[in-house]
Amino acid sequence: MTDAPALATASPPILDAQPGGQLELRGVSRSFGTYNALDGIDLTVERGEFVALLGPSGCGKSTALNCIAGLLALSAGEIRLGGKRIDQLQPEERGFGMVFQSYALFPHLTVRKNVGFGLAMQGMPRTEADRRIKEALAMVHLEEQGDKLPGQLSGGQQQRVAIARAIVIRPPLVLMDEPLSNLDAKLRLEMRAEIRSIHDAIGSTTIYVTHDQDEALSLADRVVVMNTGHISQAGTPEELYERPANSAVAEFMGFRNRMAGRVLSADAQRAVVEACGARLEGIARQPLVAGELAEVNIRPEDLLASSDGQGIGAEVVSIEYRGRAFFGVAKADDGTRLFFRSEQSFSRGARVALAPAADRTLLFKAGTP
Amino acid sequence: MTDVAAARSDRSVGKRLAARGFDGTTLLVLPGLVAIIALFIYPFLFGLYDSLRPKAGEWYANYAAFFSDPFQRDTIWATLLLALPATIVNLAFAVPIAFRVRLMRRQKLLTTILVLPITLGTVLVADGLLNFLGPRGWFNRVLMLIDVIHTPLRLTNNYWGVFASLVITGFPFAFLLTLSYVSGIDPAIEQAAATLGARARQRFTHIFMPLLVPGLAVTFCLSFVQAFAVFPSAILLGAPAGPTRVISIAAYHAAFELYDHSLGAAIAMIMAAVQLIVVVAVLGARALFYRGSASGTKG
Amino acid sequence: MIRDQGIGSRLWRFAIWAIVGLFVLNLVGVIASVIVDSFATRWLGTWLPAGWTVSWYADAWSQFQLGDVVQVTFEIAFCVVVISALLGVTTAYALARRDFAGKRLVILIFLLPLLVPPLTYGIPLATLLYQIGLGSTFWGVVLVNLVPSVPFVVLVMIPFIEQIDPRIEAAARVFGARTPSLFGRILLPLLIPGILSALLLVLVRTLAMFELTFLVSGPSTQTLVVALYYSVFASGVRAAQSIDAMAVVYMVTTLIWLVLALQFVSPTQIVARARPQN
Repeated sequence: MTDAPALATASPPILDAQPGGQLELRGVSRSFGTYNALDGIDLTVERGEFVALLGPSGCGKSTALNCIAGLLALSAGEIRLGGKRIDQLQPEERGFGMVFQSYALFPHLTVRKNVGFGLAMQGMPRTEADRRIKEALAMVHLEEQGDKLPGQLSGGQQQRVAIARAIVIRPPLVLMDEPLSNLDAKLRLEMRAEIRSIHDAIGSTTIYVTHDQDEALSLADRVVVMNTGHISQAGTPEELYERPANSAVAEFMGFRNRMAGRVLSADAQRAVVEACGARLEGIARQPLVAGELAEVNIRPEDLLASSDGQGIGAEVVSIEYRGRAFFGVAKADDGTRLFFRSEQSFSRGARVALAPAADRTLLFKAGTP
Repeated sequence: MTDVAAARSDRSVGKRLAARGFDGTTLLVLPGLVAIIALFIYPFLFGLYDSLRPKAGEWYANYAAFFSDPFQRDTIWATLLLALPATIVNLAFAVPIAFRVRLMRRQKLLTTILVLPITLGTVLVADGLLNFLGPRGWFNRVLMLIDVIHTPLRLTNNYWGVFASLVITGFPFAFLLTLSYVSGIDPAIEQAAATLGARARQRFTHIFMPLLVPGLAVTFCLSFVQAFAVFPSAILLGAPAGPTRVISIAAYHAAFELYDHSLGAAIAMIMAAVQLIVVVAVLGARALFYRGSASGTKG
Repeated sequence: MIRDQGIGSRLWRFAIWAIVGLFVLNLVGVIASVIVDSFATRWLGTWLPAGWTVSWYADAWSQFQLGDVVQVTFEIAFCVVVISALLGVTTAYALARRDFAGKRLVILIFLLPLLVPPLTYGIPLATLLYQIGLGSTFWGVVLVNLVPSVPFVVLVMIPFIEQIDPRIEAAARVFGARTPSLFGRILLPLLIPGILSALLLVLVRTLAMFELTFLVSGPSTQTLVVALYYSVFASGVRAAQSIDAMAVVYMVTTLIWLVLALQFVSPTQIVARARPQN
């Protein structure tokens, strides 16, 4: 149990992560009784990547993270690191660093002892451990708080201790389970930047679970959108933002307007559908056939309201000023709620025409998850 | 002072008191407080005073008589001999079992069954044990059936009957308290320790025990104090004239059979004192071994 | 929570459950032997009785005057419950809502009766009650049972009251509610579940409370558990089956209220300290 760390015995100047290789999830499933939390997940994470697992509550992202950490056993499938199977290993044998949503700091140990816990479990000699702890605390800007107890720290400070504790062991993989969700908005933005800069500094591979789309898009090299135990789409933030794979992902990425429609005509890339009593043209993200049911997704900023002109007829329900333009909610003639943008203010009940920008309208087959 | 000035100063007094937390609502504390002071604090002090006014002799005569008479002072020893092992046994079993049970999803059945002996009380348990542990009771019968023993064990009207009753009523109490302490530890803390490389044994010694020791010390004290005051089982199930003559019997005997309430009060005071000494010793030992805050954080 | 799957851990788990199983088995055996005996015609030296009868119940009922005893028991318990509710809830409200100098001392005063076992303070208390002429009387027994009950109600109710946002009360006042209205329309309805569970628990504990009642009661003011004690104590005189029939009557009367109480609280809260379950 007292194995020395695998790195060179000479002390490197920064907390370089141990090289661990690629992380592969193949067919990973986890069920609780009859409930499938994860259903055949396939994912490859390259060394040094920052991957975000994004999705609403219950989509399985935290379950996936816990499976990677070894806190949950797999019902099926395998997990490999650098080609070697690790899903049979206990969590204490995997050597990953993990940051929990509730921080899970040891309340009876000082900050220094908290951070050094993993090193103590490895049996690292005091001098080496103290040095590493000092570096880790410096990296999270908590040098002065070393002798305090977690109960004496603020939420943001506790979170930084949790991060220091995870990185000080130089893990090949750092797992973060919604670490910022308990912080206020301002702190969240600050810590976001710090987390990314720590990742870049130590060169680890990071898997970051969040339900916040902004966080995922701004932090990650690659975003994996999950829904009810499946991966809906995995790609760079730009790919997900501009070219979501289905209607649910699109809605999650900010295409808040979702309309049911029927395809009037279609070709390889574009199609015309009838929705909400108007003819709309858009980009077909999946091959569409005339006559079938489709879903139309548009961002509020791409749905412009005007008092005259072409578009979906609707009645304004509410409107608010957001500095650069007005954003509001309208009810279409068939009852659908639509979120729109406008250059001018409208009063409640005013009739408007909502015109979508054709290049920014996405069309999907109806019924895709 | 004019009326206005007088009214103003009254109001400010009222407001000053309210700022300190004393207003009409605070007065609601009084009825209960008066009741407890009258029925608990005052009788206790009265008992202390009474014990210092013996029927005959100096103010310390009761205490002197108690400690100089081996028949009396041995009751302390007899009671400790029952209470300490029983408490240690109860706690020793409660801790590992609570650890297992906290992982269970449906604990309610088990905890309900275990609450029965506490609810039914020592008298009923004593009555049951007289039958169950008797020479022809089921306990001995089963042991003889599986050939563990050949003649019935003498388990009633002696030390063992009383010990059994202390375990039957004491273990559930220790277990339920320990379970609530163990369940109060955030499971994420154990998970964090595991991801940092701590094996099960290390998680237990480095994480659980330090966090549990304060609660376990309290549980020990509460269990011990209950066991030390054993009374009906010692009479019904034990040998009240001999090895299970516990200190509560001595106190009762003095006050209600010898009609020497002063001596009875004195023995009750000695009983309280011994309990206090053990409690202070346990809490002191705990403070010695585990320093630092063990209360949970927001996480 | 992490489960190890190794052999050693499986053995350990098995051992734990074996011990729990043995304990429960013995517990069931103790209780069952009382019940079985109460229905036995004769039971000497055999696994089960020679024959079965219910006549012992009628016998016990008349011999021990169980009808009167049960009535007195419930009268006493009822008074204890009502008085400790009045004293306990008001105190709990004040302690939950106000911070004042000496609050810690007050809380300590309410904690002590729950920490000190009844016999230790019971003897001086009983002596005092006899001296002022309340010994062996109905009200003496009620008073003596208040000592553990009032603090218990206070301890159980404080978390319940703290859970109610004080701003609700402020809102009620803003809308014109005076104190009786506030209590009657807002607080009491919100507190009913907590009060109910506390009172049921007090009832169960008073029924089972032996030492205090034993020290103070007289022949006509014994509760069921004290009468049971006396009959077991003098067991040479009456048939054991008759005594066990009485014990079963006691068990049933107590367990009815326990089952009722468990609909509202978890078993852990019956154990002196009420830890609020989140």
